[in-house]
Order: sequence, then structure tokens, then C-alpha cells
Amino acid sequence: MNASLSAASRRDLVFGILTVALLAAVSVAFPSFASPANLADVLNDTSILILLALGQMLVIVTRGIDLSVAANLALSGMIVALLNRSFPAIGVLPIICIAALSGGVLGAFNGLLVWKLRLPPIVVTLGTMSIYRGVIYLLSQGAWVNENEMSREFLRFVRWDFVELTTLSWLAIVVALLGFIALRYSGAGRDMYAAGGNPTAAQYCGIDPGRMQFIAYVISGALAGVCGYLWVARFAVAYTDIALGFELQVIAACLIGGVAIAGGVGSVFGVVLGCLFIGIIRNALPLVGISAFWQMFINGLVILAAVLLSARQRERKRSILEAV
Amino acid sequence: MPFLTLSHIQKSFGGTRALTDANLSLHAGQVTALIGENGAGKSTLVKILSGVHQPDAGEIQLEGQAVRIDHPEHARELGISVVHQESVVFDNLSVAENMFVGDRPRERGWVSWRTMRQRAAEVLKQLDATFDPDAPAGSLSIAQKHVIQIARGLTRRARVLIMDEPTASLAHREVEELFGLTRKLSAAGCSVLFISHKFEEVFDIANRYSVFRDGASVGEGELAASSRDELIRLMVGRPVEQLFPKTPPELGEPLMRVEHLSRTGEFQDISFDVRRGEILGIYGLVGAGRTELAQVLFGLESADSGSIEVCGRRVAVKSVQEAVREGIAYVPEDRQTQGAILPFSIASNLALPNLTALAPRGWWSAQRETQLADEWVETLKVKTANTATVVQDLSGGNQQKVVIAKWLARKPKILILDEPTKGIDVGAKRAVHAVMDQFVHRGCAVIMISSDLPEILGMSDRILVMRRGRVRALFTREEATSEAVIRAATDA
Amino acid sequence: MNAARWLRWESMLAAVLIVEFVFFASTSPYFLDVWTLSDASFNFTERAIVALPLALLIIAGEIDISVAAIMALASVAMGLAAAHGVDTPALVAIGMGTGLVAGAINGALVTIGRVPSIVATIGTMTLFRGGAYAVLGDRVLKEYPASFAVFGQGYAFGPISLELLTFGLLAIAFALVLHYTRWGRAIFAIGANPIASRCSGIAVDRYKFVLFSITGLFSGLAAVMLTSRLGSTRPSIAQGWELEIISMVILGGVSVWGGKGTILGVVLAAIVLGLVNFGLGLLNIPGIVMSIIVGALLITVVAIPAIAERWPQARLRKTS
Repeated sequence: MNASLSAASRRDLVFGILTVALLAAVSVAFPSFASPANLADVLNDTSILILLALGQMLVIVTRGIDLSVAANLALSGMIVALLNRSFPAIGVLPIICIAALSGGVLGAFNGLLVWKLRLPPIVVTLGTMSIYRGVIYLLSQGAWVNENEMSREFLRFVRWDFVELTTLSWLAIVVALLGFIALRYSGAGRDMYAAGGNPTAAQYCGIDPGRMQFIAYVISGALAGVCGYLWVARFAVAYTDIALGFELQVIAACLIGGVAIAGGVGSVFGVVLGCLFIGIIRNALPLVGISAFWQMFINGLVILAAVLLSARQRERKRSILEAV
Repeated sequence: MPFLTLSHIQKSFGGTRALTDANLSLHAGQVTALIGENGAGKSTLVKILSGVHQPDAGEIQLEGQAVRIDHPEHARELGISVVHQESVVFDNLSVAENMFVGDRPRERGWVSWRTMRQRAAEVLKQLDATFDPDAPAGSLSIAQKHVIQIARGLTRRARVLIMDEPTASLAHREVEELFGLTRKLSAAGCSVLFISHKFEEVFDIANRYSVFRDGASVGEGELAASSRDELIRLMVGRPVEQLFPKTPPELGEPLMRVEHLSRTGEFQDISFDVRRGEILGIYGLVGAGRTELAQVLFGLESADSGSIEVCGRRVAVKSVQEAVREGIAYVPEDRQTQGAILPFSIASNLALPNLTALAPRGWWSAQRETQLADEWVETLKVKTANTATVVQDLSGGNQQKVVIAKWLARKPKILILDEPTKGIDVGAKRAVHAVMDQFVHRGCAVIMISSDLPEILGMSDRILVMRRGRVRALFTREEATSEAVIRAATDA
Repeated sequence: MNAARWLRWESMLAAVLIVEFVFFASTSPYFLDVWTLSDASFNFTERAIVALPLALLIIAGEIDISVAAIMALASVAMGLAAAHGVDTPALVAIGMGTGLVAGAINGALVTIGRVPSIVATIGTMTLFRGGAYAVLGDRVLKEYPASFAVFGQGYAFGPISLELLTFGLLAIAFALVLHYTRWGRAIFAIGANPIASRCSGIAVDRYKFVLFSITGLFSGLAAVMLTSRLGSTRPSIAQGWELEIISMVILGGVSVWGGKGTILGVVLAAIVLGLVNFGLGLLNIPGIVMSIIVGALLITVVAIPAIAERWPQARLRKTS
């Protein structure tokens, strides 16, 4: 067992137990919560978050950050919604490919700026976040694309059930598994951890850290693009402000899931747990009788708790090593 | 026939010519020492050999064949591996993975962790390394990280091993172990290029030498037929006396007294005093707790127990500001990140500890700032056109002078110097030593932490030896011999 | 050399400003009216008041993404107090006090908790905005006393609004502190190299804590003005403003890497952005188009020095 991973997986384990405990506590108070149907609902609700957070994890592991994911999602979603309105006959598969392509291109734009010009990721994605939102408005001229303007195929795809779970849930599960395998057993996956852990050393080993960042942005972008379609189809509406501010929830899920903002550390398992943690709270709040408006506040508390704990752990080591 | 030959290599960066005419030949089974002052082009040469940079002109021949080293991974395919000065190790990855980054064993395209772990264990065993291939690299010491880099080379057939100042942050025994390993590899037919500032080490480990000056090679040959003085003459282009500018001290009353100072996990029960006019040398291996002690004395960290007295009065140095108020100054080991602000001018750097003195009511005067800087640049003979020069553009020695000057301008009573002449050239070294001598003759005291044994013996009035966080011996200048000091620092 | 370069940056901003003036004056007949321009100033003063302390914070090598959320929290605090009949002076104190406390929380997280400021303020941004939503839900608070309106709607003299006057005075004060005092010197040093600064006896953590607190305090002040101007509080108040405020600072030539920047640049950038915003309104171009411009400007501004430095200087620096 890789011991550095095992330090991280210890954390994942503790956090996993915590998540299960949370689930158990809610279930004891409200037995209906633990019903398979309800849990499937929670997963269905959390799937888009999981997909986005997995992409975001790659970006953070390679020492970047992507604040533009939600805007990317909204723009790609609008593009496929408009396409579907104009050409209702297009099948779902081409739609998904177009969404992934559009998202990938938007992500590549971030990635190129970070890679080739070495611009700070936070500024680049802050900028593209507002550009992408603006472009949605230009494309749609501020109008909404409503349910009656979408084809049945387009809407139904995300709702298909297979073994009690929706397409959405299956997508999240499949992508998480693929992500786990790719990050553990593919050269590019390992290179990402190396590049994020020590970019200088990576360069000496023939890895271009900037290129790794670029790849991470493209993947994160492509996932955001696909999520754009999923989001629009699921909520059956597309407009300029969909998923506004959702990037923060995505980053929150990563931070809660143990992804280190300093780079090089993060696991698929942790991130999925982080997402489920948020999802369980979101779904449990109405049951417990707390207004859904508390969700964001609770997320904030959990983020702060998570980052404070991880800051304590690495303080002594990092503060000196990362002097420059 | 040499195994690897570099002829007439040239390399420029922008307008700066880093290498003008570099020649080097490495022979199988031999250790060649590459010697030169800072800025002589050694690092650039290493980067060319390791494929990080490509030469503008000249030829590299491997076994008589002209080669191009396109990128670092290509260098490794050719059998050239490098132990870099700063440890280039991935703290977030395991030891095994560190050894195979860039060339992971695969099975049907996928990374095979089992093969990787097995092969890592084999190589580590070959190197007599005691650590586990599964340990996270971040938990290892600097010396062990060097071993990882060597091991990384051994995962392929390493035919050329380049060691770029590998001993800079190693302790004595660790250096011995590293040298043992080097000899073993060299005996197995590997050509080694060893880069160091320390002549003792060069004569200890190398068979051949090659001297660089201003980007060109100025001499090479067998070490046995050469002498230290000759190498120094080649390096600087003129003979330099190996004397320390130390004059007899005029000792006064104790200026600082430290009693039973402890900080958990770093040092325990440290007691000593420093008198006016005295230079107290602190010697010890890396990890003996010397820098940690200095940081506590300067208020960067806090002690768990014990007391510090300055001028007979007990003081609590809970912050740097309090330490400075008590007249304590600290020149850290790493001047590039801790000592100076590289992108700032000499004047701005000098102003930093003197902000209040330069602007007592808060209002800033550029004129007073320049005045102060001019005065100290003159006093310490910093080589620069004017005080507006950016510190980054100065040589290492002049950077160090600026860092020392900024504290002297504050008129401290006690100056703590941490490896004051590490990595600076011979001329600047002498100048720094002279400044120390003048400083103590004004009735002040110096605490000098150094791993440079000749410096410790040559400059100190008393020598405190630390080992594993404790004081092991205190020698007077007369008692101290290199054998006695090393013995105290290593084993009781 | 640096001074010359950044001076050039400010002259560029000034040139852009002039072009803007000429363009809008020639396209809209109403533009060159004193009162029109006075109206235009409302487009940037509140944001610019937060941009000033944030510039200091970014120069010191930190960042605060939670400023807009602090504004929302402060506005909610004032709204609740006003609903309980608190009078105007106390409302202002509550607004600014909330900001100060929120800023101090950020400062404590960064200096005591050792959390990187991006992460810490992403957390507190969620927390503060979430707090505003949790307390208010979908309600709107608008029971402000009549006298409260003066801060966002009052005029000091002639066409100079109270907001504009406050901003002007604050800009002068911040410029003096940053460029002409030893505290300013320390801020630049901290941004350029916090470790060397600490080793030089500068109380780095204290400076950072104070800068975070001041940023919070002035976010509170901006909340007072915005709330007073709108006359109501929703939890979504000032949503997305952090982007525009950070853009102002960076467009003003403050280096995202810390250690460089001027207040003059930030002030010019604030006016440039404010005028674009207002001018587009005059030309009937919707506000969201502005966000494309802001985003593109933001990236261009950081890209220019990167492109300029890349050849041939950058490689030299990297290797020597």
C-alpha cells in the first residue's frame, strides 16, 4: 500500500465513517430517509455535483482552480438546448458529444492561458466565468428555453431507470470508477499527482506540469459540458443564470473531500464522500425541519472545519518548504 | 578514451552568456570534480547534461558518438542521472513511485504497482537503504532524499551520475555514507561528476578535476598531481591566502546567557553564554537542532522551557519584534528566501529592519533610505553601481553582504549568523569573516552556526557542539581540533 | 525600473479613460452633463471603496473573495436592526461593525488558523452569504428610517454625492498610507516575500490580520451605502460583486503575485470600469454584456505582463 496514500485514505476512512454516522443519525430520527428509494433520490440529486467535483479535483491536484465550471455548465447547457430547439431530431448521443466538446473547448481556453502564459488560475477562471455567462446571454438574447421547446428524447434520457437508479446516478458511478482507475493505474493520472506535488521535480522527470494542468482543465471542462446537458434536461429549462454560484459548492465538496489546495493530494473516494456529505445534508434539512436556506451556511461551516483541520496537519512542514 | 565528452559548449540566456567554452570529459570508473566559483557556469552545465537546456553550440559525445540530449527523460535513457542540489523529490508520492516517475513499470499499458514495489525494494537493498519503498517520501530526511535520487538513476543502467552539490545540506556522517555509495558506483564502472565548493570533499572523493571560470573550462587533470592552492588559483585566477581575518578578542562581560532552553522534538536543555567581543561557533550535523535554536533565540519560534538573559536581564522573546528590541539580529541560512527580498533594491532591503528608525512618525523619506543604504554599501564594499540595484542581480556574496548590512544598520548587540558563507565565493567569504571580526571588536557578540569546519575552527573563540538537540561539548579556541569537534558532533 | 513600468500602466489607464470619455460623449448627447456624470459615479463608488483596502491586501500577497458576502451579511444585520427600530447612527455602526468582525474572522483564519486565504475566504464567503440566506430566506427588509437614505442618495455639495466624496477622501488616505509611510513599505515587503519580511522583524501576521479586518470594515461601509441607496435588503444583495471588485484592483495594475501596485491605478481602473458600465447603459446595452468585457479585461491585464516578460527576459530569470 502506498503509504502517503494511506495517510490520505486514513482521512477518507474517518470521513467515510462520519458520513455514514450522519446518514445513520438522520435515519434513526426519520426512518423513511434510509429507504432505498430515498437514498437513490439523494444519489440522483448529488450526481451532477459528483461529476463536476471529480473534474475540479483534477484541476486542484495539479495546483489550479476552476471557478468557471458553473458558467461553463450553463453555457454548454444553453448551446445544446438551443440546438435541440432548432433541430429536435438530433439524438441524445450527439447532444452529449456536443456538450462535452463545447465544455472541453471552454476548459481548454482556461488551460491554455494557465499553461502557455502561466497566468494565475484563480484570475483566469474568474475572468472566463464572467465571459461565459455573458456569452450565454448573447446566444439566447436573454430568453429562456422552456420544457415545451425541448424534444422528448432530450428530456427523457436523464430519467431512465436501470436497477432502481437513474441514468444520472449511473453516469456518476461510472465516471467515478473510471476516474479511480485512471488516476491510480494510468501514466497520465500518476503524472498529475507528480506535477501537482512538485512541479520542478516533475519537469526534471520529463513531465510538463503546465500540460498536466491543461489536461485537467480540459477534462474538468468536458465534464462540466456534459453536466450542462444533464442539468438542462433534468430541470427542463435553460437560461442565463442556471447553476449560478454552483462552482462554490463544487469546490466545497473537494475541500470537504480532502483535496489539498496546495496540490498533489486528493482521491476519488474522498471527493465522492464529500459530495454525498453535502447531498445528505441538503436532503435531510427539510426532514429535520430546517429551512433549505440554511444549506449554504452549513456548507460554509463544513468547508471551514475541513480546511482548518487539514491546515493544522501540514502547517509545520509546508510553511517552510513552500517558502517561495 | 573518455566515456562522455563535452566540447566547446556555448549557452546564452537572453543577453547573458552562461557558458562560453565549456569542455569536460568523464571517464568510466572515475570521479571527476567540477570546481568553480558561483556563476562559473556549473549549474548550466548540469542542466545541459540532464537535458533541461540545450546548448547553443558545441558537441556532446557519448562513447564516441555525438548525441543530443533533448529532455530530462532522454538523458535518463542515455544513462545519465542527476542528484540535484535542491532535493527534487515528490513528497506526496511513495518512495517506490518516486524512483519510477517518468518511467513506471507497466503491464498492458497500466501502471503495475507490484512490479514497481519489487524493483524499488531491490534497488534500495543494493544501496543498503533502510527505509521502506512504501513510505511517503515527505517523511524522509534530506540525505535519504538524495539516496532516492541516486536510486532513481539505478532503476536504469546508470552510466553517468552527476551530483550537484549534494553535500550542501548534509551532515558529516551522511556525507560519509553518500561517498561510500559513490565509490561503490564508480567501482562498478559508472562515471561520476561531483560538484562541490568544499575542497576537503573534492580531495576525499574525486580522482580527476575540471575547473570552470566565467563559463569556460580553465584546467583539468589528475587530482593526485594537483594541490588545493593550485585549484584555488585556477578558480579565482589569482592565489588566495587560506587565512582567516581573525584578530585576538577583547572579551567583556556576558552579553547573552541561555539556560536550560528546550523545545520539544528539536532541542533540549541548552545552556551557554556569549560574552562581549566573542564569536561563539555552533557546530553540529544537520538536524542537530542548531537552526531551531537560533530561531527560538530570534523569536521566530517559542521555547517550551528555559530562560534567555540579555545583559543580565531576563527577557521573553516571544516575537521577532521583541528579539530585535533586545538587540538580537539573525541572518538566516537561506538568503534567497529568508534573508533578502530578491526583487527589491538594495536600499529597500536595507530599510526593512529599520523602518521605525527611518520613519519615526510614519512618514517615509526616500532620501533617508538612500542615505542609509549608501553608507552601508560603502562600509561593507558591496559591489554594485548604486543602491537602486535589485538584489536579485547581485552575486551570492554581495547578497549576503546586503543581508548582514541591513542588520548592522540596526546596531544590534548580538548577531546570529546561520551558515554565513554557505555557497558564496572565496573573496566574499573573507569579507564576511572580516565584518564579523570588526563587529565583535565594537563590544558586541556573534553566534555563528556553521557546518564548514575550517570556518568554525578559524573564526570562533569558543565552539559549542550540538548533537541530536543537546550540547555535547564546549571547546575553547585552543582546545579545538577538527578531530575533537567532529567526534563530539557524531558519536560520544 | 519598476516604478517606470507601473507609471506607464497608469498612463495607459488614463488614456483609456480619455478614449472612453470621447467615445461616450460623441455617441450620447446626454453624457457630458455634470449630473449625468454624477449619476455615473454611483456605478463604481461602492465597489471602489472596497477595492481600496482589497488592493492593500492583494499587495500584501493575500486575497479576500468574501467581500461581497460580507456586504450581504452587514446589510442583513442592518435590516434586522432597522426592523427593531434602531436609529440611523446605530445602524451605520452595526453595518460597519459586522464588516469588521467578519473581516477579523478572515484574518484569524489566515493568521492563526494558517489556512490559505483563497480557501479561507471561499469558506467564509459561503458562510456569510449562507448566513444572510439562513436569516432572511426569501424575505426582503426595507423598514429603514428616512434619515438612513442620506448615505447612498445624499449629496455633499453640488453634484458631488456623499458616496463620491467619501471615496475621494478614502482614496487619498489609502494612497498616503501605502506610498508615503513605513506601514506601506512593510505591506509591499510582506507581499514580495513574507518569510524574509518576518525574518526582518516585520510583524507579518499582525499586518495581515489588520488588513483583513480593514477590508471587512470597508465592506461594511460599502454595505451601508448600497443598502441606503437601494432602501432594501435581500440576501442576494451585491451578488457577484467580488469579481468586479477584484477586477478593479487587478486592472489597476496590482500584481496578483503580491508586492506591486498603486492606489492611483486602482482609482483609475474603478472610474474606467464605472464609466463603461454607465456608458453601456446609456447606449441601451444590457449589463451582462459588461461582464464579458470585465472578464476579458481581467485576463488581458494579467496576460500583458506575462506576454511581455516571456521574451526574452523570462527565461533568463528562470535559470539564473
